Amino acid sequence: MQLKRWLNNYVRIWGVYDMAYDESEGEGVWIYCEQEKGEIHPVSYELLNKGRELADDLNTHLTALFLTPDGSDAQELVYRGADRIYLLEHDNFNYPNEIPFRENIVKLVEDNKPEILLIGATHFGRSLAPRVAGALETGLTADCTGLKIEKGDFVQIRPAFTGNILAHISTDRCPKMSTVRYKEFDESERDTGREGEIIDIEPLEYDGPDVKILNEMIIEDINIQEAEIVVSGGKGLKDSQDFEIIEELCSTLGGTVGSSRPLVDEGWISRNHQVGYSGNRVKPNLYIACGISGAPQHLAGMKESKIIVAINTDPSAPIFDYADYGIIGDLYEVVPKLIKELREG
Amino acid sequence: MANFSIIVPIKEVPDIEKVNFDREKGRIDRSSATSEPNPFDLNALEEAVKIKEEIGGNITVISMGPPQAEDTLRDAIARGGDKAILLTDKGFAGSDTWATSYTLATAIKKLGHYDLIICGEKTVDGDTGQVGPEIAEVLDIPHVSYVNKTIERGKDSIIVQTEVWGRLYKKELKFPGLITVTKDLNEPRLPTLTNKLKAKSAEIERWGLDDLLDTGDEKHFGIKGSPTSVVNIEVPKEKGRKSKIFEGKDAAKKMVEQLRKDLGGI
Ligand SMILES: Cc1cc2nc3c(=O)[nH]c(=O)nc-3n(C[C@H](O)[C@H](O)[C@H](O)COP(=O)(O)OP(=O)(O)OC[C@H]3O[C@@H](n4cnc5c(N)ncnc54)[C@H](O)[C@@H]3O)c2cc1C
Ligand SMILES: Cc1cc2nc3c(=O)[nH]c(=O)nc-3n(C[C@H](O)[C@H](O)[C@H](O)COP(=O)(O)OP(=O)(O)OC[C@H]3O[C@@H](n4cnc5c(N)ncnc54)[C@H](O)[C@@H]3O)c2cc1C
Repeated sequence: MQLKRWLNNYVRIWGVYDMAYDESEGEGVWIYCEQEKGEIHPVSYELLNKGRELADDLNTHLTALFLTPDGSDAQELVYRGADRIYLLEHDNFNYPNEIPFRENIVKLVEDNKPEILLIGATHFGRSLAPRVAGALETGLTADCTGLKIEKGDFVQIRPAFTGNILAHISTDRCPKMSTVRYKEFDESERDTGREGEIIDIEPLEYDGPDVKILNEMIIEDINIQEAEIVVSGGKGLKDSQDFEIIEELCSTLGGTVGSSRPLVDEGWISRNHQVGYSGNRVKPNLYIACGISGAPQHLAGMKESKIIVAINTDPSAPIFDYADYGIIGDLYEVVPKLIKELREG
Repeated sequence: MANFSIIVPIKEVPDIEKVNFDREKGRIDRSSATSEPNPFDLNALEEAVKIKEEIGGNITVISMGPPQAEDTLRDAIARGGDKAILLTDKGFAGSDTWATSYTLATAIKKLGHYDLIICGEKTVDGDTGQVGPEIAEVLDIPHVSYVNKTIERGKDSIIVQTEVWGRLYKKELKFPGLITVTKDLNEPRLPTLTNKLKAKSAEIERWGLDDLLDTGDEKHFGIKGSPTSVVNIEVPKEKGRKSKIFEGKDAAKKMVEQLRKDLGGI
């Protein structure tokens, strides 16, 4: 194994041959099914939905790669739209260490030469995908929010410049790889009448670990990315204790508390609550921004929310340009009134 | 034993707040924007400085970019870098993340010995976050992404905390290795005046394509070596949100009525 890796690397650096292959050789759409400790991540169903659409447009098959600890439910991926599953079961896949995943995915790609390979843009996906793409010497488009076939070409659309622009990217060799933003596409429908082939593959030996996992801790905090309602506080708050009124409005609505970055930097609230470019991206049905100016880095994390409400003393605050509804006023007066109205209703 | 050696790749980026995104014409106008070091890379550099303060060693900062990216490297020296290398050549232009990573990795190989490479989580312009793990791939060394804390810093390995799979993992990375770091890791210090002066006269080494051909293959550099290309850029018109402002004594009441109408049971 070590030798093979060394050899691969040697070949890669000295360019004896290319790992990637010509566009005309690639066939089929593949998705990497992300699992966490054997539990399928919902982004995988979104990839199956988008992947199915691309495969139908290209008149080809849809394959899911499922690298997972023993005893996982591969049949579910058939119900969700895959024609074929490559199932690799091993305890190595119980841990988020990229290398054994990379080794196996690279081998499957080299043996079968797909045209397209999609991976969820979760933290793990965004860490694994560049290693796979690098090993294959192919292109990787990051964090896509749009994917389509246009005149037979695969067009990848992604936000860049801190979410200010959309870039259209094309890849000139295969496999064409993209990571795909979570919650951007709908999940595929579950249809227990669907049929597909599950192919068991023996995982490659792995002599690692290159990275030793010493400890693992479930994050107790609520996952703000999944929240339906988010109420956020910003620098309009004068004191850390004042966060209580944001929390009160939030609990009245049954939502999750969010925050702009400065309050996290001050240590008023944990990072799990930070909304924005360097925090969490949220897309709730209702986002209420209290005392937040609407800096581009904050907007990048919440502007896709269904309804946005802004409460701010400054009528020229940029947040109002992105809000559906606003109240110009002091949050210390407005928020308690909102709580009162909500309770009375 | 060779001196403990840390490498920090730093990209020069436009100050995003000053870039003019022309939503009518769908263009980016960078002319009004000044350049600065990618903000995430300052966290990478700060951590390198902290590690050096604790266990000794030296820090090499390296950037691929146009000649004026020298300013960013000088700034990095003022913030604690010992040695700076600028990779600049027409032949590097148009690089995607693969070609960028290949170029940086090839230069790192040419440097010879290194223990730890620290990259930012992502940049504020290209915004892919791919260059770190791709450098690790080219060098065939292990990496850990999204490091939000270093727990124990040693000469042979580092213990870090990272968030992945909805969990916090404590991982030990043996050197040589690479980490990419988030902004939560630390608060970058400002350069001191003495360091600024030191940086002014510091020598910035420049390497071009020819300098890298003994450790790299020509076909992987620049636009020719890049599998992806940007074929089109849209500056989307923002979703026309008509901020309806509720005013007066009843503002809160009207707001709640409106939200109840839109969302139902709240
Ligand atoms: C690389 C980088 C990444 C970043 N990532 C993020 C990120 O992920 N998330 C993030 O949020 N920021 C991020 N930032 C910071 C961002 O640029 C802004 O500085 C930040 O969002 C501002 O937070 P704010 O709106 O709470 O504060 P301010 O901009 O200070 O706004 C406070 C607002 O409160 C209003 N106000 C004051 N008093 C009251 C009152 N009594 N009642 C009502 N309103 C009041 C003011 O009018 C003002 O509009 C990042 C910056 C950089 C450079
Ligand atoms: C609009 C747009 C979209 C793009 N989309 C893609 C895409 O989807 N896929 C793709 O392959 N390329 C893409 N590119 C090209 C890509 O931006 C460049 O290759 C860029 O040089 C590196 O990528 P990045 O800015 O995303 O860096 P990131 O991968 O986000 O950077 C991570 C870290 O790597 C280090 N680093 C990155 N660049 C340098 C550098 N030049 N010098 C020193 N250190 C560095 C820094 O430590 C940085 O924090 C795009 C370019 C544009 C303009």
